[in-house]
Amino acid sequence: MSSVNMVRQTIRRTRGLEAKPFWKTLTGQKQLIIMSVPILLYILLFSYVPTLGWVMAFQKFQPAKGFLNSAWVGLDNFKMLFADADFIRDFRNTICMSVINITLSFSSAIVLAILLNELRNIHLKRFVQTISYLPHFLSWVIVSALVVTTLSGDGIINDMLILLGIADEPILWLGKGEYFWGILGITNVWKEVGWNTIIYLAAMSAIDPALYEAAVMDGANRYQKIRYITLPGIKSTFVILLIMNIGWIMQAGFEPQYLLRNGMNIDYSETIELYVLRYGFQQSNFSLATAAGMFQSAINIFMLFVANFIASKVGDERLI
Amino acid sequence: MKNAFTRTKINDTIFNFFNGTFMLLLVVVMLYPFLNTVAISFNDGLDAIKGGIYLWPRVFSLQNYKAVFVGGTIFHAFFISVSRTVITTVINLFLTTMLSYTLSRKEFVLRRFITVVFVLTMYFNAGLIPTYMLYKALGLRNNFWVYIIPGMVYAFNMIVTRTYIKTLPESMVESARIDGASEYRIFLQIIFPLCKPILATVALFVAVFAWNQWFDTFIYCSSEQNLSTLQYELMKLLSSAQRANSNPSLVGAVGGANTASMITPISIRAAITVVAALPIIIVYPSLQKYFVVGLAVGSVKE
Repeated sequence: MSSVNMVRQTIRRTRGLEAKPFWKTLTGQKQLIIMSVPILLYILLFSYVPTLGWVMAFQKFQPAKGFLNSAWVGLDNFKMLFADADFIRDFRNTICMSVINITLSFSSAIVLAILLNELRNIHLKRFVQTISYLPHFLSWVIVSALVVTTLSGDGIINDMLILLGIADEPILWLGKGEYFWGILGITNVWKEVGWNTIIYLAAMSAIDPALYEAAVMDGANRYQKIRYITLPGIKSTFVILLIMNIGWIMQAGFEPQYLLRNGMNIDYSETIELYVLRYGFQQSNFSLATAAGMFQSAINIFMLFVANFIASKVGDERLI
Repeated sequence: MKNAFTRTKINDTIFNFFNGTFMLLLVVVMLYPFLNTVAISFNDGLDAIKGGIYLWPRVFSLQNYKAVFVGGTIFHAFFISVSRTVITTVINLFLTTMLSYTLSRKEFVLRRFITVVFVLTMYFNAGLIPTYMLYKALGLRNNFWVYIIPGMVYAFNMIVTRTYIKTLPESMVESARIDGASEYRIFLQIIFPLCKPILATVALFVAVFAWNQWFDTFIYCSSEQNLSTLQYELMKLLSSAQRANSNPSLVGAVGGANTASMITPISIRAAITVVAALPIIIVYPSLQKYFVVGLAVGSVKE
C-alpha cells in the first residue's frame, strides 16, 4: 500500500506537479506571460465582453437608459419574434437555403474530388485545381457582381437559352423569388467546390495504395475501387465535416443574400441575419434583433450536439 | 481472360475521355464569368448597355479604368483597402506566431486555459448589435482602426501555427535556453524565421479576408467617404444595380445621367471588379503549395 503511494508521489514529482507551487511557476514564466496575456485580454474584450449585451434580449432596451435602467420584460421579445410572420418566413428561408447549400456543396465536392483523383494527367489535374480554387478567394461582392452580369437580360445564360430555343425571351432570374434558393446554391457550389475538394483529396492521398493493388488483383474495376476503397477512405472526413456544417445550419450566409436581394425576391432571400440588420439598424429595435441573434446561436449549438450525438451512435466518428 | 482485359482498357479510355472533357468544361465555367467581366471593363460604357459582349470588347476603351484611377474617390478607396490589408497582415503574423509559440510550450501554466478561451471563439459570436455597441463605446466608429483592431488574431490561424511549431525539434529551444537566451529572443531569432511556410498560409488567409471585407465599412464607416474601401464602393454600385433591376425605369435614368462621361454603371462595375480581384489572382497561385499543406495540418488537429 505505502509502496503504491510512494510510486505515485515519485511520478508526480517527476512530472513537476507538486514540485513547485502554482504561483511560483507563474512568476518563473514571466516572459511567456508577457507574450500571451495581453493577447488573452484583447480576445476577452473583443469576443467575450460583447456577450454581456445578450441581456438586451430580456429587456425593453432603450439606449438612453442603458442596460441598468431599461425595463425587464422576461421572454416578451421571444414571444414577439415568433408572432412575427416576417421572422417565421426568414427562419424558413435560412433553414431551406442552409439545407440546399449543405447538400449541394457536399455532393459536388465529393464528386469533383473523386474525378480529380481518377485523373491520370498530372498537369491537367494541377491546372484544374488552380483554376477551381480561385473563386474561393474572391469576395462575395465580386462574385455577386459576376452573378448579376451572368444572369442579366443580355447575359450568357439568357443568350444560350434563347439560342437553344428553350426560352422565347430573357428570363429575369433575380426578379423571381422561386429561383433564388437555386441560384444561391449553384453560386455557392461555383465559389467553393474547388476549395472543398482540398480536404477530401488529402484524405484520399492517405489511403494505402496496397488496397488498390490488391483490389486489381482480385479483378475489381474502376467503379468497384471507388465504391469499396475510395469512399470508405474519406468517410470519417465526411462525417466530421458534416457535423461541423450542421452546427452552422442557422448560418445560411449573409453576404450573398444581402447583395443579390431586391424587392421582387425578398420573400425568399431574407435570412435571420438580414432580419437582425433590419430591426437592429433600420428600426433601432435592439432588443428584438438581439433576441433573434440569440435564438440563432442557440439552434446552432443545439444542432452541433445533436449531430455529434447521432454520429457517435451510428459510427465512431465525433467532433467533440 | 484476354477479353476481360481489353474490355477494361476500353472502359478506361472512355472514362478518361469523359473525365478530361468534364474537367475542361469545368475550367470554362469557372473562368467565363470573369473573362466576360474583363471584356466589358475594356468596352465603351454606352456600347456595353446594348449587351452581346462575350470574351472580347466590341468598342475598345480605357475610359472605365481612367475613371477608377483618376476619379479620386475610388482611387482613395483602393489606397484604404491596400493600407488595411498590409497593416492587418503584418500585425496578425507577429501576434499569431508569438501567441502560438507560448501555447506550444508544454511547461506553460496558462497554456490550456488560453487555448480553450481562443478555440471557443470559433463556435459562438456575440451578435451584430452587442458588437456594434462595444465598438461604438470604444470610439471605433468612423475610425480607420476599426479595420485593424478587431481582427488582430484569429483562433483558427493560431491553431494551425501552433501545430506547426510543435513539429519543430524541441532541442533547438532547449539548447538556446541553456545558452541563456530569453523567451523573447528564442521566439524572434529561432522560431519566427523557422515558421516561414506556415506564415505564408496565414498571410494569405488574413490578407484575403481583410481585402475582401466590406461589411465593417458598411456598418461602422458608411458616413465617412474618406474611409471607404474598394469592396464597399463595388458593393454600392452593385446594390444600385439591384434596385434598378427591380425597377427597370431607373436603368435609363442612371445611364442617361452619365452620358457625357460615357461611363455607365455596368462598365464601371466591371472595371472595379477587375481591380478588386486582380491582386488576389496574381498572388494566390504562388502560395498554393503552402495553403494546401497548411489547411491539411490544421484540419488534422481540428
